[in-house]
Amino acid sequence: MDYNFHWRPVFKTLPDLLQSAVLTLEVAILSMILGILFGLALSLIRINMTGPLKWFAVSWIELARNTPALLQLFFFGFGLGAFGIHFSPFLIVLMGLTFNNAGYLAENFRGGFNAIPDTQIKASLSLGMNSFQTYTRIIIPQVLRIVYHPMTNQMVWAVLMSSLGMLVGFRELSGETQFFASKTYRIFEYFAVTAVIYYVLVKIILGISRLIANRLFKY
Amino acid sequence: MESAATYFSGFSPNDLWFLGEAALRTLWISFWAISIGSILGIFLGLALSISRLLAFTLGTILDIFRSVPLIIQLVLFFNFAPIIGLRLNPFEAGLIVLTVYTSAYVANVARAGIEAVGIPMRRAARSLGMNYWQDLRYVVWPIGLRAVLPAWVGVALGVLKDSALVSILGYVELLKASQILMTRTQEAILVLSIAGAFYFALSYPISYYATRLEQRWSE
Repeated sequence: MDYNFHWRPVFKTLPDLLQSAVLTLEVAILSMILGILFGLALSLIRINMTGPLKWFAVSWIELARNTPALLQLFFFGFGLGAFGIHFSPFLIVLMGLTFNNAGYLAENFRGGFNAIPDTQIKASLSLGMNSFQTYTRIIIPQVLRIVYHPMTNQMVWAVLMSSLGMLVGFRELSGETQFFASKTYRIFEYFAVTAVIYYVLVKIILGISRLIANRLFKY
Repeated sequence: MESAATYFSGFSPNDLWFLGEAALRTLWISFWAISIGSILGIFLGLALSISRLLAFTLGTILDIFRSVPLIIQLVLFFNFAPIIGLRLNPFEAGLIVLTVYTSAYVANVARAGIEAVGIPMRRAARSLGMNYWQDLRYVVWPIGLRAVLPAWVGVALGVLKDSALVSILGYVELLKASQILMTRTQEAILVLSIAGAFYFALSYPISYYATRLEQRWSE
């Protein structure tokens, strides 16, 4: 083995890497929030509606679930570019991840909605609630509880998927790493440190989600 | 004489053939990664279910492969192999990483499957005179498989889609091929749509069939 490891340049730029890790978290969290909103809407449309709107929701869900996330990112990046619509790398990654998250979460939510008996809707309607109240006060809180675990997984996925940003020029953790790696030629060292940072990020997310779960689901 | 005009030319039927061939390469690398990774993963899952100590140590190692983005793993391994004197082409490097990645996920699925078969059931098998392997083969396998087949299909489809990331090592599979075509034809939407259709055609029938199977089994 005649390779000398040089870790010094990596540690010198560690603050930059950590800063870009914050960017990774930002885009992942934002895409999760948007993904949950879109996912809820998609699953409700898929369950309750017919016609073109349902067709739209089903194709969104199936496309998001059956094509690679990278292809979806390319579509928002290069595909829309062909129409002269150009987004910043941040927006490309955010839209790609949101599209993907919404598709996967919609299926989770559908499973959650199906797990709640119809009689509950009838009961709350007969108590005088309108259907908006029924959903926001009775159904969705229970669904969120059922899909809490899948949602945590999806959050981890969002962080991991955001690494694809380096292929569309987004300078999040991976992009920043690639930038420094190609500047210093210490490719292995940089990516090894980045792998550790990702691992820690994922562990932190799982830890926080467990704390929240303990608080929310005491009963 | 080849004219310079061939650098930029529209999408031709030949390119469809080129993409089709690349789709076969996607299928090829995923097929091997899923097959080898699943066999490996089943044995790892068995190891995880045997002892606490093994579950902790092995589990922590496997956890790393699920907490670090695949793209980072690919770059890391591709740059690490030459350091220890391994000369790998992109296909081999990609296949190794994808296989280990698959086995890390399958190990967890397999463990869930083994744990789905209750201890009393296994004791009953042993007390009927079956030896350890007979118990695994004729009792745990058929029952556990039913419990986790949908999860395994999910993992396999995930690997099929994640194989798109091998493109960054330079292996010309579906996504890399579409990148090449995008550069040449400048028709991003068209090329990406066709590539997406290929992925969809590979993935959707399997996921549809798996959902049907799951429904039939749960009745």
